[in-house]
Amino acid sequence: MEPKQTIAETEQEIIDEFALFDSWDDKYEYIIDLGKKLPPLDEQYKTDENKVRGCQSTVWLTADYRDGKIFFKAESDAMIVKGLISMLIRVLSGHTPDEILAADLGFIQKIGMTTHLAQTRSNGLLSMVKQMKNYALAFKVKNPITS
Amino acid sequence: MMETAIIPESLDVYAIRQQFPVLNRQVKGRPLIYFDNAATSQKPQIVIDALVNYYTGYNANIHRGIHTLAEEATAAFEATRDTVQQFIHAASREEIIFTRGTTESINLVAYTWGRQNIKAGDEIIISAMEHHSNIVPWQMLCEEKNAVLKVIPVTDSGELRMEEYEKLLSEKTKLVSIVHASNALGTVNPVKEIIGLAHRQGAVVLVDGAQSTVHLDIDVQELDCDFFAFSSHKLYGPTGVGVLYGKKQLLEAMPPFQGGGEMIREVTFEKTTYNDLPYKFEAGTPNIADTIAFKTALDFTARIGKDKIRAHENELLAYATDLLKQLPGLRIIGEAKEKVSVLSFVLEHIHPQDIGILLDNRGIAVRTGHHCAQALMQCYGIPGTIRASFAIYNTTEEIDELAEGLKRAIKILS
Repeated sequence: MEPKQTIAETEQEIIDEFALFDSWDDKYEYIIDLGKKLPPLDEQYKTDENKVRGCQSTVWLTADYRDGKIFFKAESDAMIVKGLISMLIRVLSGHTPDEILAADLGFIQKIGMTTHLAQTRSNGLLSMVKQMKNYALAFKVKNPITS
Repeated sequence: MMETAIIPESLDVYAIRQQFPVLNRQVKGRPLIYFDNAATSQKPQIVIDALVNYYTGYNANIHRGIHTLAEEATAAFEATRDTVQQFIHAASREEIIFTRGTTESINLVAYTWGRQNIKAGDEIIISAMEHHSNIVPWQMLCEEKNAVLKVIPVTDSGELRMEEYEKLLSEKTKLVSIVHASNALGTVNPVKEIIGLAHRQGAVVLVDGAQSTVHLDIDVQELDCDFFAFSSHKLYGPTGVGVLYGKKQLLEAMPPFQGGGEMIREVTFEKTTYNDLPYKFEAGTPNIADTIAFKTALDFTARIGKDKIRAHENELLAYATDLLKQLPGLRIIGEAKEKVSVLSFVLEHIHPQDIGILLDNRGIAVRTGHHCAQALMQCYGIPGTIRASFAIYNTTEEIDELAEGLKRAIKILS
Protein backbone atom coordinates (compact mmCIF):
# COMPACT_ATOMS: atom_id res chain seq x y z
CA MET A 1 0.00 0.00 0.00
CA GLU A 2 2.08 2.93 -1.24
CA PRO A 3 0.37 6.12 -0.23
CA LYS A 4 0.05 8.49 -3.14
CA GLN A 5 -0.80 11.34 -0.85
CA THR A 6 0.06 13.00 2.43
CA ILE A 7 -1.45 12.12 5.80
CA ALA A 8 -3.41 15.37 5.77
CA GLU A 9 -4.84 14.53 2.33
CA THR A 10 -6.04 11.10 3.47
CA GLU A 11 -7.55 12.68 6.58
CA GLN A 12 -9.43 15.13 4.35
CA GLU A 13 -10.62 12.26 2.18
CA ILE A 14 -12.15 10.52 5.19
CA ILE A 15 -13.73 13.78 6.39
CA ASP A 16 -15.32 14.20 2.95
CA GLU A 17 -16.61 10.62 2.98
CA PHE A 18 -18.22 11.11 6.38
CA ALA A 19 -19.81 14.36 5.27
CA LEU A 20 -22.09 12.25 3.08
CA PHE A 21 -23.74 10.61 6.09
CA ASP A 22 -26.53 12.45 7.80
CA SER A 23 -27.15 10.07 10.68
CA TRP A 24 -25.06 8.42 13.37
CA ASP A 25 -26.47 5.06 12.30
CA ASP A 26 -25.03 5.51 8.83
CA LYS A 27 -21.64 6.56 10.19
CA TYR A 28 -21.43 3.50 12.40
CA GLU A 29 -22.66 1.19 9.68
CA TYR A 30 -19.84 2.48 7.51
CA ILE A 31 -17.27 2.02 10.29
CA ILE A 32 -18.55 -1.51 10.94
CA ASP A 33 -18.24 -2.21 7.24
CA LEU A 34 -14.62 -1.04 7.32
CA GLY A 35 -14.09 -3.29 10.33
CA LYS A 36 -15.46 -6.30 8.49
CA LYS A 37 -13.14 -5.59 5.56
CA LEU A 38 -10.00 -5.24 7.68
CA PRO A 39 -7.81 -8.22 6.80
CA PRO A 40 -7.39 -10.59 9.76
CA LEU A 41 -4.07 -10.39 11.55
CA ASP A 42 -1.94 -13.49 11.34
CA GLU A 43 -2.23 -15.52 14.57
CA GLN A 44 1.55 -15.23 15.15
CA TYR A 45 1.13 -11.49 15.75
CA LYS A 46 -1.64 -11.91 18.33
CA THR A 47 0.80 -11.93 21.22
CA ASP A 48 0.66 -10.25 24.59
CA GLU A 49 3.50 -8.03 23.44
CA ASN A 50 1.43 -6.69 20.55
CA LYS A 51 -1.64 -6.07 22.71
CA VAL A 52 -2.77 -2.50 23.07
CA ARG A 53 -4.67 -2.58 26.31
CA GLY A 54 -8.10 -1.04 26.35
CA CYS A 55 -10.70 -1.61 29.03
CA GLN A 56 -13.24 -3.69 27.14
CA SER A 57 -11.87 -4.75 23.77
CA THR A 58 -8.49 -6.13 22.80
CA VAL A 59 -6.38 -4.62 20.04
CA TRP A 60 -3.27 -6.18 18.56
CA LEU A 61 -0.93 -3.88 16.65
CA THR A 62 2.28 -4.64 14.80
CA ALA A 63 4.47 -2.63 12.44
CA ASP A 64 7.06 -3.26 9.72
CA TYR A 65 9.72 -0.83 8.64
CA ARG A 66 10.60 -0.88 4.92
CA ASP A 67 12.46 1.73 2.84
CA GLY A 68 12.12 4.35 5.54
CA LYS A 69 8.40 3.84 5.88
CA ILE A 70 6.21 2.20 8.50
CA PHE A 71 3.49 -0.29 7.61
CA PHE A 72 0.94 -1.14 10.29
CA LYS A 73 -1.18 -4.24 10.72
CA ALA A 74 -3.78 -4.56 13.45
CA GLU A 75 -6.91 -6.33 14.60
CA SER A 76 -9.44 -6.22 17.43
CA ASP A 77 -12.10 -8.49 18.89
CA ALA A 78 -14.64 -5.65 18.63
CA MET A 79 -16.01 -4.59 15.26
CA ILE A 80 -16.32 -0.82 15.69
CA VAL A 81 -12.78 -0.65 17.05
CA LYS A 82 -11.69 -2.64 14.00
CA GLY A 83 -13.29 -0.03 11.78
CA LEU A 84 -11.52 2.76 13.64
CA ILE A 85 -8.22 0.88 13.32
CA SER A 86 -8.81 0.47 9.62
CA MET A 87 -9.08 4.25 9.26
CA LEU A 88 -5.93 4.86 11.31
CA ILE A 89 -4.00 2.39 9.17
CA ARG A 90 -5.31 4.04 6.01
CA VAL A 91 -4.13 7.41 7.26
CA LEU A 92 -0.76 6.48 8.77
CA SER A 93 0.52 3.32 7.10
CA GLY A 94 3.22 3.81 4.45
CA HIS A 95 4.53 7.06 5.87
CA THR A 96 7.86 7.94 7.41
CA PRO A 97 8.35 8.06 11.19
CA ASP A 98 8.60 11.85 11.05
CA GLU A 99 5.37 12.19 9.12
CA ILE A 100 3.59 9.88 11.56
CA LEU A 101 4.96 11.72 14.59
CA ALA A 102 3.80 15.03 13.15
CA ALA A 103 0.29 13.83 12.25
CA ASP A 104 -2.39 15.62 14.26
CA LEU A 105 -5.21 13.20 13.31
CA GLY A 106 -7.81 15.93 13.52
CA PHE A 107 -10.10 13.83 11.33
CA ILE A 108 -11.15 11.78 14.37
CA GLN A 109 -12.75 14.87 15.85
CA LYS A 110 -14.09 16.14 12.53
CA ILE A 111 -15.98 12.91 11.79
CA GLY A 112 -17.49 13.01 15.29
CA MET A 113 -15.57 10.10 16.78
CA THR A 114 -14.00 12.10 19.61
CA THR A 115 -16.02 10.12 22.15
CA HIS A 116 -13.84 7.16 21.25
CA LEU A 117 -10.83 9.08 22.44
CA ALA A 118 -12.46 9.82 25.78
CA GLN A 119 -11.18 7.99 28.83
CA THR A 120 -14.59 6.57 29.65
CA ARG A 121 -14.76 4.55 26.47
CA SER A 122 -11.32 3.15 27.16
CA ASN A 123 -11.66 1.22 23.96
CA GLY A 124 -8.07 1.55 23.07
CA LEU A 125 -8.29 4.13 20.28
CA LEU A 126 -6.27 6.63 22.29
CA SER A 127 -3.78 3.94 23.29
CA MET A 128 -3.68 2.77 19.69
CA VAL A 129 -2.74 6.22 18.39
CA LYS A 130 -0.10 6.45 21.11
CA GLN A 131 1.23 3.02 20.25
CA MET A 132 1.48 3.89 16.54
CA LYS A 133 3.43 7.04 17.41
CA ASN A 134 5.63 4.98 19.73
CA TYR A 135 6.48 2.68 16.82
CA ALA A 136 7.34 5.75 14.74
CA LEU A 137 9.58 7.08 17.50
CA ALA A 138 11.28 3.71 17.97
CA PHE A 139 11.96 3.29 14.23
CA LYS A 140 13.20 6.87 14.02
CA VAL A 141 15.65 6.32 16.87
CA LYS A 142 16.85 3.01 15.42
CA ASN A 143 17.24 4.41 11.89
CA PRO A 144 18.36 8.00 12.30
CA ILE A 145 19.53 8.49 8.71
CA THR A 146 16.48 7.35 6.86
CA SER A 147 14.02 9.51 8.71
CA MET B 1 -39.94 -16.78 36.51
CA MET B 2 -40.54 -14.26 39.31
CA GLU B 3 -43.49 -15.11 41.45
CA THR B 4 -45.41 -12.60 43.46
CA ALA B 5 -48.12 -14.14 45.55
CA ILE B 6 -49.94 -10.90 46.23
CA ILE B 7 -49.96 -8.39 43.41
CA PRO B 8 -49.93 -4.98 44.99
CA GLU B 9 -51.78 -2.12 43.42
CA SER B 10 -49.59 -1.30 40.46
CA LEU B 11 -47.40 1.70 40.40
CA ASP B 12 -48.07 4.69 38.17
CA VAL B 13 -44.81 4.64 36.26
CA TYR B 14 -45.70 7.69 34.16
CA ALA B 15 -46.32 9.81 37.24
CA ILE B 16 -43.04 8.58 38.70
CA ARG B 17 -41.13 9.38 35.51
CA GLN B 18 -42.20 13.01 35.77
CA GLN B 19 -40.32 13.26 39.04
CA PHE B 20 -36.99 12.40 37.41
CA PRO B 21 -35.86 15.43 35.40
CA VAL B 22 -33.03 13.66 33.57
CA LEU B 23 -35.55 11.37 31.87
CA ASN B 24 -36.70 14.37 29.82
CA ARG B 25 -33.39 14.68 28.03
CA GLN B 26 -32.46 13.41 24.62
CA VAL B 27 -29.39 11.39 23.75
CA LYS B 28 -28.25 11.30 20.12
CA GLY B 29 -31.55 12.85 19.12
CA ARG B 30 -33.72 10.30 20.91
CA PRO B 31 -35.37 10.19 24.34
CA LEU B 32 -32.98 8.78 26.94
CA ILE B 33 -33.65 5.18 27.94
CA TYR B 34 -31.69 4.58 31.11
CA PHE B 35 -30.97 0.92 31.81
CA ASP B 36 -27.77 1.33 33.85
CA ASN B 37 -29.50 1.45 37.21
CA ALA B 38 -27.30 -1.19 38.80
CA ALA B 39 -24.39 1.23 38.32
CA THR B 40 -26.29 4.18 39.72
CA SER B 41 -29.93 5.22 39.75
CA GLN B 42 -31.23 8.58 38.58
CA LYS B 43 -32.37 11.11 41.18
CA PRO B 44 -35.88 12.47 41.69
CA GLN B 45 -36.41 16.24 41.82
CA ILE B 46 -37.09 16.20 45.57
CA VAL B 47 -33.63 14.73 46.24
CA ILE B 48 -32.05 17.43 44.07
CA ASP B 49 -34.16 20.02 45.91
CA ALA B 50 -33.00 18.70 49.28
CA LEU B 51 -29.38 19.35 48.25
CA VAL B 52 -30.19 22.85 47.03
CA ASN B 53 -32.26 23.61 50.13
CA TYR B 54 -29.41 22.64 52.40
CA TYR B 55 -26.92 24.87 50.63
CA THR B 56 -29.32 27.77 50.22
CA GLY B 57 -30.99 27.50 53.62
CA TYR B 58 -28.91 26.04 56.41
CA ASN B 59 -25.39 25.07 55.32
CA ALA B 60 -23.31 24.65 58.47
CA ASN B 61 -20.88 22.22 60.00
CA ILE B 62 -22.60 19.75 62.27
CA HIS B 63 -22.33 18.60 65.90
CA ARG B 64 -20.18 21.52 67.03
CA GLY B 65 -21.79 24.90 66.45
CA ILE B 66 -24.44 26.20 68.83
CA HIS B 67 -25.93 28.58 66.29
CA THR B 68 -29.24 28.00 64.55
CA LEU B 69 -27.84 26.85 61.23
CA ALA B 70 -25.59 24.27 62.90
CA GLU B 71 -28.52 22.99 64.92
CA GLU B 72 -30.71 22.65 61.84
CA ALA B 73 -27.99 20.93 59.82
CA THR B 74 -27.19 18.56 62.69
CA ALA B 75 -30.84 17.66 63.16
CA ALA B 76 -31.29 16.96 59.44
CA PHE B 77 -28.09 14.92 59.26
CA GLU B 78 -28.99 12.82 62.29
CA ALA B 79 -32.54 12.36 61.00
CA THR B 80 -31.04 10.42 58.09
CA ARG B 81 -29.42 8.08 60.59
CA ASP B 82 -32.81 7.40 62.18
CA THR B 83 -34.40 6.77 58.78
CA VAL B 84 -31.58 4.40 57.78
CA GLN B 85 -31.98 2.56 61.08
CA GLN B 86 -35.67 2.01 60.35
CA PHE B 87 -34.97 1.20 56.70
CA ILE B 88 -32.73 -1.77 57.57
CA HIS B 89 -34.38 -2.49 60.93
CA ALA B 90 -31.24 -2.03 63.00
CA ALA B 91 -31.59 -2.34 66.77
CA SER B 92 -30.11 1.08 67.48
CA ARG B 93 -29.04 4.26 65.71
CA GLU B 94 -25.49 3.88 67.05
CA GLU B 95 -25.10 0.92 64.72
CA ILE B 96 -25.41 3.13 61.62
CA ILE B 97 -22.06 4.50 60.43
CA PHE B 98 -21.93 6.90 57.49
CA THR B 99 -19.18 6.31 54.93
CA ARG B 100 -18.46 7.37 51.35
CA GLY B 101 -20.09 4.27 49.92
CA THR B 102 -20.24 0.48 50.02
CA THR B 103 -16.56 0.22 49.10
CA GLU B 104 -15.48 2.38 52.03
CA SER B 105 -17.83 0.48 54.35
CA ILE B 106 -16.17 -2.81 53.44
CA ASN B 107 -12.70 -1.29 53.72
CA LEU B 108 -13.57 0.11 57.14
CA VAL B 109 -14.30 -3.42 58.37
CA ALA B 110 -11.16 -4.80 56.71
CA TYR B 111 -8.92 -2.14 58.24
CA THR B 112 -10.39 -2.17 61.75
CA TRP B 113 -12.13 -5.43 62.63
CA GLY B 114 -9.98 -7.31 60.11
CA ARG B 115 -6.61 -6.08 61.35
CA GLN B 116 -7.63 -6.69 64.92
CA ASN B 117 -9.07 -10.17 64.46
CA ILE B 118 -7.49 -11.89 61.46
CA LYS B 119 -4.32 -13.85 62.22
CA ALA B 120 -1.93 -15.98 60.17
CA GLY B 121 -3.64 -19.12 58.87
CA ASP B 122 -7.16 -17.77 59.39
CA GLU B 123 -9.59 -18.08 56.51
CA ILE B 124 -11.92 -15.56 54.91
CA ILE B 125 -14.67 -16.83 52.61
CA ILE B 126 -16.09 -14.81 49.73
CA SER B 127 -17.88 -15.98 46.59
CA ALA B 128 -17.03 -16.10 42.89
CA MET B 129 -19.69 -13.46 42.19
CA GLU B 130 -18.23 -10.71 44.34
CA HIS B 131 -17.66 -7.18 43.07
CA HIS B 132 -14.00 -6.17 43.15
CA SER B 133 -14.79 -4.06 46.22
CA ASN B 134 -15.61 -7.23 48.15
CA ILE B 135 -12.52 -9.07 46.90
CA VAL B 136 -9.58 -6.66 46.95
CA PRO B 137 -9.86 -5.40 50.59
CA TRP B 138 -9.79 -9.03 51.77
CA GLN B 139 -6.91 -9.95 49.47
CA MET B 140 -4.96 -7.03 50.91
CA LEU B 141 -5.81 -8.09 54.45
CA CYS B 142 -4.88 -11.74 53.74
CA GLU B 143 -1.57 -10.66 52.27
CA GLU B 144 -0.78 -8.54 55.30
CA LYS B 145 -1.79 -11.19 57.82
CA ASN B 146 -0.82 -14.35 55.94
CA ALA B 147 -4.44 -15.39 56.02
CA VAL B 148 -6.20 -17.40 53.30
CA LEU B 149 -8.98 -16.28 50.98
CA LYS B 150 -11.47 -19.01 49.98
CA VAL B 151 -14.00 -18.68 47.20
CA ILE B 152 -17.46 -20.25 46.94
CA PRO B 153 -17.93 -21.34 43.30
CA VAL B 154 -21.07 -20.62 41.26
CA THR B 155 -23.23 -22.88 39.09
CA ASP B 156 -23.81 -22.33 35.36
CA SER B 157 -27.13 -20.70 36.15
CA GLY B 158 -25.36 -18.25 38.46
CA GLU B 159 -26.21 -19.60 41.90
CA LEU B 160 -23.82 -20.28 44.76
CA ARG B 161 -22.78 -23.89 45.24
CA MET B 162 -24.01 -24.12 48.80
CA GLU B 163 -22.62 -27.63 49.32
CA GLU B 164 -19.17 -26.24 48.44
CA TYR B 165 -19.70 -23.39 50.88
CA GLU B 166 -20.41 -25.85 53.65
CA LYS B 167 -17.22 -27.71 52.80
CA LEU B 168 -15.19 -24.50 52.96
CA LEU B 169 -16.46 -23.63 56.42
CA SER B 170 -14.28 -24.74 59.32
CA GLU B 171 -13.00 -23.53 62.66
CA LYS B 172 -10.39 -21.58 60.66
CA THR B 173 -13.12 -19.47 59.06
CA LYS B 174 -13.12 -16.08 60.75
CA LEU B 175 -15.13 -14.08 58.26
CA VAL B 176 -17.64 -14.68 55.47
CA SER B 177 -18.12 -11.63 53.25
CA ILE B 178 -20.87 -12.21 50.76
CA VAL B 179 -22.84 -10.24 48.21
CA HIS B 180 -26.60 -10.14 48.81
CA ALA B 181 -27.51 -9.59 45.13
CA SER B 182 -24.98 -9.89 42.30
CA ASN B 183 -24.43 -6.79 40.19
CA ALA B 184 -23.34 -8.86 37.20
CA LEU B 185 -25.86 -11.73 37.33
CA GLY B 186 -28.77 -10.43 39.38
CA THR B 187 -28.70 -13.52 41.60
CA VAL B 188 -30.15 -13.07 45.09
CA ASN B 189 -28.09 -15.20 47.45
CA PRO B 190 -29.57 -17.10 50.40
CA VAL B 191 -27.77 -14.86 52.88
CA LYS B 192 -29.83 -15.92 55.87
CA GLU B 193 -28.75 -19.52 55.41
CA ILE B 194 -25.15 -18.43 54.71
CA ILE B 195 -25.10 -16.39 57.92
CA GLY B 196 -26.58 -19.20 60.00
CA LEU B 197 -23.98 -21.69 58.77
CA ALA B 198 -21.12 -19.24 59.36
CA HIS B 199 -22.29 -18.43 62.88
CA ARG B 200 -22.28 -22.12 63.76
CA GLN B 201 -18.51 -22.00 63.11
CA GLY B 202 -18.17 -18.79 65.08
CA ALA B 203 -17.40 -16.73 61.98
CA VAL B 204 -18.47 -13.13 61.50
CA VAL B 205 -20.54 -12.27 58.39
CA LEU B 206 -20.51 -9.12 56.28
CA VAL B 207 -23.27 -8.70 53.69
CA ASP B 208 -22.61 -6.47 50.68
CA GLY B 209 -26.02 -4.94 50.11
CA ALA B 210 -25.04 -2.49 47.34
CA GLN B 211 -27.45 -4.08 44.86
CA SER B 212 -30.05 -5.59 47.16
CA THR B 213 -31.20 -2.63 49.28
CA VAL B 214 -32.99 -0.90 46.40
CA HIS B 215 -35.02 -4.01 45.58
CA LEU B 216 -35.48 -6.12 48.72
CA ASP B 217 -36.74 -5.50 52.24
CA ILE B 218 -33.75 -5.51 54.54
CA ASP B 219 -33.97 -6.58 58.16
CA VAL B 220 -30.47 -6.88 59.58
CA GLN B 221 -31.78 -8.30 62.86
CA GLU B 222 -33.79 -10.98 61.14
CA LEU B 223 -30.82 -11.82 58.88
CA ASP B 224 -28.59 -11.71 61.96
CA CYS B 225 -25.68 -10.40 59.84
CA ASP B 226 -22.79 -8.82 61.74
CA PHE B 227 -22.09 -6.13 59.15
CA PHE B 228 -24.18 -4.81 56.28
CA ALA B 229 -22.85 -2.34 53.70
CA PHE B 230 -24.68 -0.28 51.09
CA SER B 231 -24.70 3.01 49.15
CA SER B 232 -27.14 5.87 48.76
CA HIS B 233 -26.61 6.44 45.06
CA LYS B 234 -28.14 3.14 43.96
CA LEU B 235 -31.22 4.00 46.04
CA TYR B 236 -32.21 7.20 44.21
CA GLY B 237 -30.03 9.19 46.61
CA PRO B 238 -26.86 11.24 46.02
CA THR B 239 -23.41 9.80 45.38
CA GLY B 240 -20.75 9.91 48.07
CA VAL B 241 -22.79 8.50 50.93
CA GLY B 242 -22.67 4.94 52.15
CA VAL B 243 -23.71 3.07 55.24
CA LEU B 244 -22.00 0.52 57.37
CA TYR B 245 -24.28 -1.28 59.78
CA GLY B 246 -22.49 -3.24 62.46
CA LYS B 247 -23.67 -5.02 65.58
CA LYS B 248 -23.07 -2.73 68.53
CA GLN B 249 -20.79 -5.04 70.51
CA LEU B 250 -18.59 -5.58 67.44
CA LEU B 251 -18.38 -1.89 66.63
CA GLU B 252 -17.57 -1.05 70.24
CA ALA B 253 -14.69 -3.52 70.32
CA MET B 254 -13.25 -2.32 67.01
CA PRO B 255 -10.44 0.25 66.84
CA PRO B 256 -11.22 3.51 64.99
CA PHE B 257 -10.75 3.69 61.21
CA GLN B 258 -9.44 7.20 60.63
CA GLY B 259 -8.23 9.73 63.16
CA GLY B 260 -9.29 13.35 63.25
CA GLY B 261 -12.01 15.61 64.51
CA GLU B 262 -15.45 14.33 65.43
CA MET B 263 -14.19 10.85 66.37
CA ILE B 264 -12.49 11.94 69.58
CA ARG B 265 -13.62 12.54 73.14
CA GLU B 266 -10.49 14.17 74.50
CA VAL B 267 -7.14 14.90 72.89
CA THR B 268 -3.86 15.66 74.62
CA PHE B 269 -0.44 15.20 73.09
CA GLU B 270 0.01 12.16 75.29
CA LYS B 271 -3.24 10.36 74.66
CA THR B 272 -6.55 10.58 72.85
CA THR B 273 -9.75 8.96 73.98
CA TYR B 274 -12.31 8.12 71.36
CA ASN B 275 -15.87 9.22 70.95
CA ASP B 276 -18.86 6.95 71.35
CA LEU B 277 -20.57 5.12 68.51
CA PRO B 278 -21.27 5.98 65.79
CA TYR B 279 -18.95 9.02 65.82
CA LYS B 280 -15.88 6.96 66.60
CA PHE B 281 -15.94 5.90 62.95
CA GLU B 282 -16.87 9.25 61.43
CA ALA B 283 -13.67 11.30 61.51
CA GLY B 284 -13.74 14.73 59.93
CA THR B 285 -16.57 16.74 58.44
CA PRO B 286 -18.90 14.25 56.80
CA ASN B 287 -20.73 14.59 53.50
CA ILE B 288 -23.50 16.63 55.14
CA ALA B 289 -25.57 17.71 52.13
CA ASP B 290 -25.68 14.33 50.45
CA THR B 291 -26.41 12.52 53.70
CA ILE B 292 -29.35 14.85 54.36
CA ALA B 293 -30.68 14.31 50.83
CA PHE B 294 -30.31 10.56 51.25
CA LYS B 295 -33.16 10.66 53.76
CA THR B 296 -35.33 12.32 51.13
CA ALA B 297 -34.55 9.44 48.75
CA LEU B 298 -35.42 6.83 51.37
CA ASP B 299 -38.68 8.63 52.19
CA PHE B 300 -39.44 8.79 48.47
CA THR B 301 -39.19 5.01 48.01
CA ALA B 302 -41.05 4.40 51.26
CA ARG B 303 -43.95 6.54 50.04
CA ILE B 304 -44.20 4.55 46.81
CA GLY B 305 -43.85 1.30 48.72
CA LYS B 306 -41.14 -1.26 48.29
CA ASP B 307 -43.57 -4.07 47.45
CA LYS B 308 -44.99 -2.01 44.59
CA ILE B 309 -41.51 -1.16 43.35
CA ARG B 310 -40.48 -4.79 43.49
CA ALA B 311 -43.59 -5.97 41.65
CA HIS B 312 -42.93 -3.41 38.91
CA GLU B 313 -39.25 -4.38 38.58
CA ASN B 314 -40.07 -8.09 38.54
CA GLU B 315 -42.57 -7.46 35.78
CA LEU B 316 -39.92 -5.59 33.76
CA LEU B 317 -37.37 -8.33 34.34
CA ALA B 318 -39.75 -11.10 33.27
CA TYR B 319 -40.88 -9.10 30.24
CA ALA B 320 -37.32 -8.33 29.13
CA THR B 321 -36.12 -11.88 29.74
CA ASP B 322 -38.91 -13.35 27.58
CA LEU B 323 -38.42 -10.79 24.82
CA LEU B 324 -34.64 -10.88 24.62
CA LYS B 325 -34.46 -14.67 24.76
CA GLN B 326 -36.10 -14.71 21.34
CA LEU B 327 -33.20 -12.84 19.72
CA PRO B 328 -30.84 -14.98 17.64
CA GLY B 329 -27.59 -15.91 19.38
CA LEU B 330 -28.54 -14.27 22.66
CA ARG B 331 -27.55 -16.06 25.84
CA ILE B 332 -28.55 -14.85 29.28
CA ILE B 333 -25.78 -14.94 31.87
CA GLY B 334 -27.35 -15.47 35.26
CA GLU B 335 -30.57 -17.46 35.38
CA ALA B 336 -30.92 -17.93 39.09
CA LYS B 337 -34.38 -18.69 40.43
CA GLU B 338 -34.31 -15.58 42.55
CA LYS B 339 -33.06 -12.42 40.88
CA VAL B 340 -33.19 -8.67 41.21
CA SER B 341 -33.97 -6.69 38.04
CA VAL B 342 -30.58 -7.17 36.40
CA LEU B 343 -30.43 -8.80 32.97
CA SER B 344 -26.94 -9.74 31.78
CA PHE B 345 -26.42 -11.34 28.39
CA VAL B 346 -23.98 -12.06 25.60
CA LEU B 347 -24.50 -12.32 21.85
CA GLU B 348 -22.78 -14.97 19.80
CA HIS B 349 -19.76 -13.65 17.82
CA ILE B 350 -20.46 -10.07 18.86
CA HIS B 351 -18.35 -8.05 21.28
CA PRO B 352 -20.42 -6.42 24.07
CA GLN B 353 -18.70 -3.10 23.40
CA ASP B 354 -20.09 -2.90 19.85
CA ILE B 355 -23.59 -3.39 21.24
CA GLY B 356 -23.02 -0.74 23.90
CA ILE B 357 -21.93 1.83 21.29
CA LEU B 358 -24.80 1.06 18.91
CA LEU B 359 -27.41 1.17 21.68
CA ASP B 360 -26.03 4.49 22.92
CA ASN B 361 -26.55 5.70 19.39
CA ARG B 362 -30.26 5.10 19.95
CA GLY B 363 -30.23 6.84 23.32
CA ILE B 364 -30.18 3.57 25.27
CA ALA B 365 -27.77 3.41 28.21
CA VAL B 366 -26.67 -0.10 29.17
CA ARG B 367 -23.50 -1.30 30.80
CA THR B 368 -21.03 -3.42 28.89
CA GLY B 369 -17.89 -5.08 30.16
CA HIS B 370 -16.89 -7.11 33.17
CA HIS B 371 -18.94 -5.11 35.72
CA CYS B 372 -15.99 -5.05 38.13
CA ALA B 373 -16.31 -8.82 38.40
CA GLN B 374 -13.44 -9.95 36.18
CA ALA B 375 -12.95 -13.16 38.16
CA LEU B 376 -16.61 -14.08 37.60
CA MET B 377 -16.39 -13.37 33.86
CA GLN B 378 -13.41 -15.72 33.74
CA CYS B 379 -15.57 -18.45 35.34
CA TYR B 380 -17.99 -18.12 32.42
CA GLY B 381 -15.18 -17.83 29.86
CA ILE B 382 -16.44 -14.50 28.51
CA PRO B 383 -14.77 -11.09 28.33
CA GLY B 384 -17.88 -9.38 29.62
CA THR B 385 -21.60 -9.03 29.17
CA ILE B 386 -24.19 -6.50 28.17
CA ARG B 387 -26.24 -5.58 31.21
CA ALA B 388 -29.62 -3.93 31.34
CA SER B 389 -30.82 -3.15 34.86
CA PHE B 390 -34.28 -1.80 35.58
CA ALA B 391 -35.64 0.74 38.06
CA ILE B 392 -39.00 2.20 39.11
CA TYR B 393 -39.12 4.63 36.19
CA ASN B 394 -38.50 2.09 33.42
CA THR B 395 -41.30 0.87 31.16
CA THR B 396 -42.06 -2.12 28.96
CA GLU B 397 -42.08 0.27 25.98
CA GLU B 398 -38.45 1.07 26.73
CA ILE B 399 -37.68 -2.65 26.79
CA ASP B 400 -39.34 -2.95 23.36
CA GLU B 401 -36.95 -0.22 22.17
CA LEU B 402 -34.03 -2.16 23.63
CA ALA B 403 -35.09 -5.28 21.73
CA GLU B 404 -35.43 -3.25 18.52
CA GLY B 405 -32.00 -1.69 19.06
CA LEU B 406 -30.49 -5.11 19.64
CA LYS B 407 -32.12 -6.57 16.53
CA ARG B 408 -30.72 -3.77 14.44
CA ALA B 409 -27.26 -4.05 16.02
CA ILE B 410 -27.18 -7.80 15.42
CA LYS B 411 -28.16 -7.22 11.81
CA ILE B 412 -25.44 -4.73 10.99
CA LEU B 413 -22.76 -6.52 13.00
CA SER B 414 -23.28 -9.98 11.54
